[in-house]
Amino acid sequence: MSKRKSKENCLTHGECISQAQRMLRERFCHQKIPGKPFGVESQHKHLLELLKRTAVHGESNSVLIVGPRGAGKTMLLNCVLNELLEVKHVQENVLQVQLNGLLQTDDRIALKEITRQLHLENVVGDKVFGSFAENLAFLLEALKKGDRSSSRPVVFILDEFDLFAHHKNQTLLYNLFDVSQSAQTPVAVIGLTCRLDVLELLEKRVKSRFSHRQIHLLSSFRFKQYLEIFKMQLSLPEDFTDRRFAEEWNQNIKSLCEDRSVEDVLQKHFCSSKDFRSLHMLLMLALSRVTVSHPAIKPTDLLEASRLCTMDSKANILHGLSVLELCLIIAMKHLSDIYDGEPFNFQMVHNEFQKFIQRKSHSVHNFEKPVVIKAFEHLHQLELIKPMEGPSVRTQKEYQLVKLLLDNSQIMDALQKYPQCPTDVKQWATSAFG
Amino acid sequence: MSRYFTRLKKRRVYSWIGGPSFIDRKLKHMFYEGLCIKTDGNTNTGCIRPGHYILIEGDEDRSYVAKLLKLYDDGTGTRSSKHAEVQWFVRFHEVPQNKRKRLGRDPHPNEVFLYEIPNCDSDIDAETIITTVQVQHLEENSPFPAAQSQENSLYVKLSWDGKSFSPVNLDLLLQSGGKPVLPASSHTDSLPKPDLDVSRGLAVDSPSRPTRSARQQHSSTSKYSQSKELSDRQPSNVISTPTARKKLQLSNSVKPPGSKLTRDDVLAELLDEDRAVSSLEAEVTRRRALASKPSSSPSKKPRDLCISLSPIRGGQITQDHQLANGTQIGPRLQPEELVKRTLKRESRAESTEGETPSKRKDSIKIDAPLDILIEDGGEVGGPVVAVTPRSRRKSAQVSSARIQQQLNYLNRKQSTDFDVDDDEEDVFLPTKKDLKSSSEEESESVTGRRGSRSAVPRTPRSSRKAPSRTPAKTPNKTPRRTPSKTPVPRTPRTPRHATPSIPSRTQPTRKPGNVLEEARARLHVSSVPESLPCREQEFQDIFNFVESKVMDGTGGCMYISGVPGTGKTATVHEVIRCLHHAAEQDELPSFCFIEINGMKMTAPHQAYVQILQMLTGQKATAEHAAALLEKRFSTPAPKRETTVLLVDELDLLWTRKQNVMYNLFDWPTRRQAKLVVLAIANTMDLPERIMINRVASRLGLTRMSFQPYSYKQLQQIITSRLNRVRAFEDDALQLVSRKVAALSGDARRCLDICRRATEICEFSSQRSGSGLVAMSHVMEALDEMFSSPYITAIRCASVQEQIFLKAVIAEFRRLGLEEATFQQVFRQHLALCRVEGLSPVCMSEGLTTCLRLGACRLLLLESSHRDLHLRVRLNVSQDDVLYALKEG
Repeated sequence: MSKRKSKENCLTHGECISQAQRMLRERFCHQKIPGKPFGVESQHKHLLELLKRTAVHGESNSVLIVGPRGAGKTMLLNCVLNELLEVKHVQENVLQVQLNGLLQTDDRIALKEITRQLHLENVVGDKVFGSFAENLAFLLEALKKGDRSSSRPVVFILDEFDLFAHHKNQTLLYNLFDVSQSAQTPVAVIGLTCRLDVLELLEKRVKSRFSHRQIHLLSSFRFKQYLEIFKMQLSLPEDFTDRRFAEEWNQNIKSLCEDRSVEDVLQKHFCSSKDFRSLHMLLMLALSRVTVSHPAIKPTDLLEASRLCTMDSKANILHGLSVLELCLIIAMKHLSDIYDGEPFNFQMVHNEFQKFIQRKSHSVHNFEKPVVIKAFEHLHQLELIKPMEGPSVRTQKEYQLVKLLLDNSQIMDALQKYPQCPTDVKQWATSAFG
Repeated sequence: MSRYFTRLKKRRVYSWIGGPSFIDRKLKHMFYEGLCIKTDGNTNTGCIRPGHYILIEGDEDRSYVAKLLKLYDDGTGTRSSKHAEVQWFVRFHEVPQNKRKRLGRDPHPNEVFLYEIPNCDSDIDAETIITTVQVQHLEENSPFPAAQSQENSLYVKLSWDGKSFSPVNLDLLLQSGGKPVLPASSHTDSLPKPDLDVSRGLAVDSPSRPTRSARQQHSSTSKYSQSKELSDRQPSNVISTPTARKKLQLSNSVKPPGSKLTRDDVLAELLDEDRAVSSLEAEVTRRRALASKPSSSPSKKPRDLCISLSPIRGGQITQDHQLANGTQIGPRLQPEELVKRTLKRESRAESTEGETPSKRKDSIKIDAPLDILIEDGGEVGGPVVAVTPRSRRKSAQVSSARIQQQLNYLNRKQSTDFDVDDDEEDVFLPTKKDLKSSSEEESESVTGRRGSRSAVPRTPRSSRKAPSRTPAKTPNKTPRRTPSKTPVPRTPRTPRHATPSIPSRTQPTRKPGNVLEEARARLHVSSVPESLPCREQEFQDIFNFVESKVMDGTGGCMYISGVPGTGKTATVHEVIRCLHHAAEQDELPSFCFIEINGMKMTAPHQAYVQILQMLTGQKATAEHAAALLEKRFSTPAPKRETTVLLVDELDLLWTRKQNVMYNLFDWPTRRQAKLVVLAIANTMDLPERIMINRVASRLGLTRMSFQPYSYKQLQQIITSRLNRVRAFEDDALQLVSRKVAALSGDARRCLDICRRATEICEFSSQRSGSGLVAMSHVMEALDEMFSSPYITAIRCASVQEQIFLKAVIAEFRRLGLEEATFQQVFRQHLALCRVEGLSPVCMSEGLTTCLRLGACRLLLLESSHRDLHLRVRLNVSQDDVLYALKEG
């Protein structure tokens, strides 16, 4: 025992750090949050009771969990399922079928997936499944054969539920809900969706069969709770291998929370979104800055992470442009100012650019037209400009109408930060009529 | 065996025999004694008389079996003026698919059942009669005769009354004929022979048939030729038959003194000839048991046999009484070969030698079946073989005692079996072997049936018959048991139909513990209520409609509409339940109910496949199924039960050409179809809206519309479901029902709300403790289900999202439009940020915010690749947004 303990203590600092990082990364990437989800106790209880009744009493149910992206719908469901499956006799009984609207894009695929997950495909010998119709009849018959008291309950989890509503005739949903409303195999149909108007997507007879239970997860917590969540998510658990390191780490996190600048960063983040995923993104960035030489998260790390998170992507692109391309962008800005957002073509941009060159020939090198076209195409590839028509419309490149996908504010910001930008170009950008 | 009859395209010419024997002046019907059938290309003519069993042209390549009762002409003089009245028999495949299991065993391929369903159309066109057939009655427990090459005889053991199989009531069989069961044997014109010959030529269509029949031919040459021989000698028999018939009738009417008239007695009377046969048989076996040498053939001592008949018979009647109610099926003997041979010898001897008064009765009785036998195309026939329990008993004793010791002998002899069989002279040896083998096989099949049915160990003997024998089949020499025929009724057994089910749970479900749980279980939509309140009128209408159609054996359509959750399907199911009940109580002819649901199939054409599967168990492609159904519903089949077809979610069966709907509504209009279609859909004007005229016209105007439930009805529904389980306060119930009635009138919704309310009550009662569901709980449940989540969602949104929503509204006001691009809104957004004192966000963040709002549909957005020029609209009213933001 003592030997082991000493061995534990022997863990080098680097090992501790990498272990802590692995653990936290797992949390942030796989949404594996320790403990119960925060602030959704009543929803948690509702869902747990519902699933329990299906598992224990064989009562069929259907429920929708609705909430914006990153509100913790899947997290809640997984938490409830884990809790449910801890009970032994429930674990033996319940069958789970997980479907995702992004994967099972039509009912045929969904049916095959259900059959596979229920391990029914081997029941009819190793015969590969026939037609869609056979498949459906097969599955329905299988579900119909069961009854409330004798069959194992099946929990259907439909992620991205709204996408299932777009399947033809909503056959799958109709049948699942129909099973849930008739004395067949007990099922619990759980839909996860971020659409608040999901019920309007359902056809009336499908809707009628749905039990209209909706669990809303709307992340109604305040900033104080947000801080708590932040702390909880960064803390290492009690049973971390190196107790001393964990204590130090947690102490550091605690002090981090009290730091003024960190609070500001979090406040800003909280204002922008309550999404758990964006918080995880922020923490990931901060965490990745932790090294052996830099063993704890400092407020500066968070500031840097926040800066990275909130950076404007297009401004970043602008920084990498050449002066010629920048000039073209400025010309386009002027054009869209003059014509009030109307589209323009390359020839117009070129003319504008030529005018500028004629005036300030000493500061900017005059480029050949093909070079300018190349620069223009590069902007197109970067999607800073966007053609009005699709690629099918054949017009000459120079006369193809395009629109600028940059706001004036973005251009001005980029110019301010652009390294060694010729002053003439800057002036041209600010002056209304060059 | 009868498959080829409809393929027999040869024209048959029908004509009456003689003049009308009786004329019904009222109906202008002229009754005739017989019908003469002449087949084209064949000089032979056949005669059919009342009392004969006949084959009638049927559907699906199979002929129907019936017994001819009357022949008459309706005097119209048209081609189809010849009519016949028949007593129907059904083949096993004609029994509805879902009821076939009630037989409880595998049917014999040549087995038919007396059809005892009343008001079945027993009047047929006489010109659909194909030929006569031999039908013989067997005891319920007796095995099917294993006679060789009897392709033309059918066996009746049981009757079918639409619900169950029961032993044939022989009285009925007799009375319905009005004449003795025995086909009039005086007219032995060898009628079926030409037809059969023709058909036999045609029949060779299945691959296995030629070999089999060849083999049969081979193995039965001796008998065949013998019987032919017999039929050649027939005229001498004919002379004796008229008296025989008279005598028989006499013996039927006069009961033996002292014997009770049980059914068995009637049977015994009826099957007197069988008794004679069996006594003979028993005698033979007894004698054989005594005989030291198996070669002591009875054929060599016909006179001996005849003399010994009467005493044995006397003894056997008493035996019969002992056995009457016994339930024995032991290994028993089927020495039909032997009996046949001995009989033949005997009758031959008799017919040549004349009759002595002492044994006259017996000989006559033997005579009659022989006539059938001869009449039947010279094939050794059924009644002779029909084994009654008494013979069985004795032979069983003998045989069981001997089986063991003979087995070895048999094995040894097996190789020579064929040669011996062919030997005309040495008749006894092969027959004995047959006897043993059949009994042995019987016992084998008995064990096979008791056991797992699989892998019955084959006795060495069976190698001879191996190819097409199934272990459970009793008769080993059933003629024409071709693979093409037997699988038909047994298709469901194929692994393709194996239906898997969800594995059963290891732990039992918990029963509801308290009042609330009990109430919840009762309120679940799936729980079947005892009655359906508030739909009495609709129930009655549908009930009357279906009942009348089933009664009359006609068809019809009914269209039922109503918004979801108004009990359409439930009411129809209730009606069907009641009708089934009525049918079981014999108040109604039985019918079969099938249900399809437009939502439960992948394409409209799948409807055919499903209907066919449910009707017959066949699997077919959509086109093939459509063709089969078309044929089924367009061919006359008087014995068919009415089919009630429920088509749920009718609108899903819409196709561009609408042929699915067309067929569904066209079939009921056919006279023979006996199809009642109940179509259910949501919209009242569906026929007018989506159906083309010819479809709508066929659907007809029998329509019914289910109104949404009123609040009183909903209240009644809940109350009746709860059924005195007191879980709700009255006010709470009223609130629920009023609310739902105002919204949709959907009973499902109502039940779901109540269920949710019980849950809420349960949670809260853990704290407070009042057991009843109160107003507050119901309100909470209603809120959960009906309150729009938008306002809460806006209140819970992050600050930036709220500001963005404000910016959208501000931009809308500025533009005076309900639509703006993201760029425009974003400018407003930045301005608002400044006003609110927040640090301005960058464009990317703004766009993320916007898309997040779009994902939960607070905003309606175009796809995001349009970036700055994304058009933004609100999915909530501006007032709602402002209201939500103000409060927050």
